[in-house]
Amino acid sequence: MTLTSDEIQAILREARHFPHPSAAAIEALNVVQRSHGWISDELLQEIAELLGMSPAELDSIATFYNLIYRRPVGRRVIHYCNSVSCWMLGAEDNRRHLSEKLGIAVGETTGNGEYTLLPIVCLGACDKAPVLMIGDETHFNVDPARLDDILGETGAP
Amino acid sequence: MDKPLTRNIKSDGSTVTLAEYLASGGYEGLKKTLAEFAPLDVQQRVKDSGLRGRGGAGFPTGLKWSFVPMGEDAPRTKYLVVNGDEMEPGAFKDRLLLEGDPHQLIEGVVIAAYAIQANIAYVFLRGEYRLAAARLRQAIAEAEAQGLLGEGILGSGFSLDLRLHTSAGRYICGEETALLNSLEGKRANPRAKPPFPQVSGLFGKPTIVNNVETLCNLPHILRNGVEWYKGLSRTGEPGTKIYGVSGRVRSPGAWELPMGTTAREIIEEHAGGMRDGYRLKGYLPGGASTDFLLPEHLDIPMDYGSIGKAGSRLGTGTMILLDDKTCPVQMVLNLERFFAQESCGWCTPCRDGLPWTVSLLEGLIEGRGRPEDLATLERLCGLLGPGNTFCALAPGAMEPLQSALKYFRADFERYLQPQTTRGGMYA
Ligand SMILES: Cc1cc2nc3c(=O)[nH]c(=O)nc-3n(C[C@H](O)[C@H](O)[C@H](O)COP(=O)(O)O)c2cc1C
Ligand code: SF4
Ligand code: FES
Repeated sequence: MTLTSDEIQAILREARHFPHPSAAAIEALNVVQRSHGWISDELLQEIAELLGMSPAELDSIATFYNLIYRRPVGRRVIHYCNSVSCWMLGAEDNRRHLSEKLGIAVGETTGNGEYTLLPIVCLGACDKAPVLMIGDETHFNVDPARLDDILGETGAP
Repeated sequence: MDKPLTRNIKSDGSTVTLAEYLASGGYEGLKKTLAEFAPLDVQQRVKDSGLRGRGGAGFPTGLKWSFVPMGEDAPRTKYLVVNGDEMEPGAFKDRLLLEGDPHQLIEGVVIAAYAIQANIAYVFLRGEYRLAAARLRQAIAEAEAQGLLGEGILGSGFSLDLRLHTSAGRYICGEETALLNSLEGKRANPRAKPPFPQVSGLFGKPTIVNNVETLCNLPHILRNGVEWYKGLSRTGEPGTKIYGVSGRVRSPGAWELPMGTTAREIIEEHAGGMRDGYRLKGYLPGGASTDFLLPEHLDIPMDYGSIGKAGSRLGTGTMILLDDKTCPVQMVLNLERFFAQESCGWCTPCRDGLPWTVSLLEGLIEGRGRPEDLATLERLCGLLGPGNTFCALAPGAMEPLQSALKYFRADFERYLQPQTTRGGMYA
């Protein structure tokens, strides 16, 4: 895996917005993750070089954030909120249903590479708990029956 | 009842367009500001209004601005940063403002930047707020096209470049100095203070960090005046507040109400009361990092001073309810797991103390608790309390724990009894 020229251009464009290119670290990681799905060691090294940082420095940032993946993930990541209001209103029932339906535990990816199941902290929609994100889309007031509908629509097994 | 911040927000969830915003008197506050007031006048007005920061700490906004160097000798580059991280469990008020009426925020940003004479502003937005990011990006482009942002705003000599930064998800980034490190592309550990960001903040330049809701108050204060603003409130603390309720109520949500509305009114009238079969046992009045209060506190006005006197904090004003069928010890464990996971790991008491707290609570719940564990938990509340850690994350984490130990002691002690006598109070 190497950076495409589009990615390099996008990173350099972001870097120009700041006094130091390294300030665009998150932007750069986001740009690359959007097309590659996750940040491999090789990609991390290339990005670090572009931003004038050491790979270790960039890695300490990449590993710090919940939404930067340093391991391969499925095409769509299911982030289910397990913070307090969702926990109270059924997040664990949803988690169990997802695990059974997709045949994966938390942290795993389905065999067809479609879904990865991960917890996430409060998604800022506690009035519509339980909440989860599938890819870029947030779903509110989710229960197992709704999950079946949602996954049906997005073409799950 | 006046609801300046949410008056344009639509119930169908769609956003307010620039045309709609202008038609409702939008950007009038900015026009008036640029035409009639000098930057220091704006600072004075905001000081006089009594506006306090809505990010959780309640620091007076005008006073905060007044520490920024002004005048000829001040650094040429200054920054205004919008704190839109909103990652504290239970908080969902800024999302409403960001998605519902992005131009109101932009107008507030320009006014604040003008008041401190900053020419670059950043919105630091949590990465999961995809819809808010898209709407804000669109609104910024519209504002630039209409001369409401950019060079010489509305024909004045004031220019402002506004940029959106979407974060990648970490609660500590909401702490204002960690936010600045994150924005600089550094690991988001908090910074030592002093120097305060007002003097040396982003890239070492004078910087103000303000919360989304704080900034959304500004257009209205500047347009309608200080007396009007004070009249919105029911108490000595001015303005309105966006209050929220989550938990087992009939209609959870967020509502803009006069500052000082009581929790009883918010829960019973706006959130529809508890769901059938559930009774209120306690509540965190201002989000995950505030102390529990009890039903006996429901008639206390929800403002900074009154909630403080009752032993908690107004925080974000978004409350989380504990009902009589949810175990308070398990609820606290859920909260402490959050804080332990989100600790930045910079200082020892927090890095080691939060996982220790979690393991004590887990042990208790799994029936491995010892009588001395409760005393250890109490000691941890002190060790991780104010003054003992590098930032306010750990003291905030201890607030629900210390108050639960005080108010729900019997629930903790229940776990120390043999399994057979614990009783099936909770499912
Ligand atoms: C751990 C932690 C997380 C915080 N998260 C936020 C946040 O998401 N949004 C926010 O506005 N303030 C947050 N704050 C408070 C900020 O440090 C700061 O006080 C606030 O942004 C100042 O804005 P204001 O004066 O307008 O309230 C947090 C504080 C701490 C200690
Ligand atoms: S209190 Fe916790 S979050 Fe704050 S600096 Fe220390 S380790 Fe980091
Ligand atoms: S607790 Fe799940 S969205 Fe806030």
